[in-house]
Amino acid sequence: MPSLLIADHQNTALVPATRNAATACAALGEETHILIAGHDCTAAAESAAKIAGITKVLIADSPAYAHLLAENTAALIARIGSAYRHILMPATTNGKNILPRAAALLDSSMLSDIIAIKSPDTFKRPIYAGNAIATVQVADERILLSVRATAFDPAAESTTAAPIEPIEAGEDLGISRFEREELSKSDRPELTEARVVISGGRGLQSGENFQLLYDLADKLDAAVGASRAAVDAGYVANDLQVGQTGRIVAPQLYIAVGLSGAIQHLAGMKESKVIVAINKDPEAPIFQVADYGLAADLFQAIPELTTKLP
Amino acid sequence: MQILVPVKRVVDYNVKVRVKPDGSGVELDNVKMAINPFCEIAVEEALRIKEKGHATEVVVASIGPAHCQEQLRSALALGADRAILVQTDSTPEPLTVAKLLKALIDREQPGLCILGKQAIDGDNNQTGQMLAALTGWPQATFASEVTLNDDQAQVTREVDGGMQTLSLKLPAIITTDLRLNEPRYAALPNIMKAKRKPLATLTPEELGIPIEHRLTTLKVDPPPQRSAGIMVESVDALLDKLKNEAKVL
Repeated sequence: MPSLLIADHQNTALVPATRNAATACAALGEETHILIAGHDCTAAAESAAKIAGITKVLIADSPAYAHLLAENTAALIARIGSAYRHILMPATTNGKNILPRAAALLDSSMLSDIIAIKSPDTFKRPIYAGNAIATVQVADERILLSVRATAFDPAAESTTAAPIEPIEAGEDLGISRFEREELSKSDRPELTEARVVISGGRGLQSGENFQLLYDLADKLDAAVGASRAAVDAGYVANDLQVGQTGRIVAPQLYIAVGLSGAIQHLAGMKESKVIVAINKDPEAPIFQVADYGLAADLFQAIPELTTKLP
Repeated sequence: MQILVPVKRVVDYNVKVRVKPDGSGVELDNVKMAINPFCEIAVEEALRIKEKGHATEVVVASIGPAHCQEQLRSALALGADRAILVQTDSTPEPLTVAKLLKALIDREQPGLCILGKQAIDGDNNQTGQMLAALTGWPQATFASEVTLNDDQAQVTREVDGGMQTLSLKLPAIITTDLRLNEPRYAALPNIMKAKRKPLATLTPEELGIPIEHRLTTLKVDPPPQRSAGIMVESVDALLDKLKNEAKVL
């Protein structure tokens, strides 16, 4: 029985985490169908058709799906989902919002944030902010899985395109309405996709001082993140928060600057390949997970680092 | 209008959780327990809505063993009007929790239900959305701002890349994110008063919902540990290590 992957996308393009979830689908050993529910979303469907391992693209194009409202989208997933044993979606905010609603409509269980597939009915997922890893076996006839993107490589591009099949859109349920959105604009790489991430904490002392990190980020083509403390203090926007309840990142290089390393922050970055910590307090817990620690005043060390990089 | 706020008893967020040596779970004996932080934010938001005159009653509910009365009393001390404990010694899965809460909603008929977006033990982030499906109500998850007027809720949500604002028709389900509000502390007189507020106890059987187990945790492992790193003395030494040892520059 094929698996169903629900794409996260912005109509004109796929959210990259969808490709990582496609790799998780492939690990289930069955064909993968992908659902693009959106509006004027042909471009997203065409890129989905070229993901390796996808054998069919289902497209439901309607204003009702323009913003992936949970009510309309989950109803569609429930309508077509009974033909599938595994239904997956990346654990983006859309995935977290939509998939549990679809699971309950299907009277099926869900596992959140899976990081490994042991067999078609057994999965690993972090609990307690990643301080424990549970191996869970599913006895349900159907299982919905949200996929932690950092645990799976992105699926390759295929040279051939899978067929795209339009399916009937459902009605707009009319109980919720999209009003507006304010999305941060940045010329830097996306936090969850960057090869290098530089995160600042309360040690930065102000939003203006984050400029030090942006200057360094420009040298390294890095994304900038933040600890919860820095976000709560109003230094930067909430979507920069790395941690248990924020963004989960696993870059090649993670540079933690002026942040202590609370458990909740570590949960969002400890899968990074190389971790550097710069903090003037040599006792800060962040040094316990860092590959390289520098106990120094960030206001001297960061400009020096920026200057000395080519 | 009544606001229903389900709250969960979890390990206090300051506790460093340890996996049991036999891999059967995490160590919960003699560990400090508390209201899940996101649920506390939900209680606070419900109280603020009531204080603004948009609600008449805040009811808190919990599902779990008799000990959950402690967390319900804490919520009453913050200002909730009454509490309901659905008492069970088993650990229901999110779908069953949602079914139990749906049964409570059928009895209590609230106009709004506010939940934490996730509990910091299981980190599932499912119950609110599942409850929204079962009631057929609209949902606004990860809320950072809630405004009520007439029969509508306007909710700003924290989403990847920024903020999104939705309008929902009431009744509705809202789940809280960290920055929705800062919960108050309970004053001592209110802690005393909370002891006399009504706390009803029900069982899953009385609600007509069997506790099903469709998921089995085979084992719980500690996460892979990072090997201890080294301290460097200078920015030059750091650059040298990153270039020549880690080879990430």
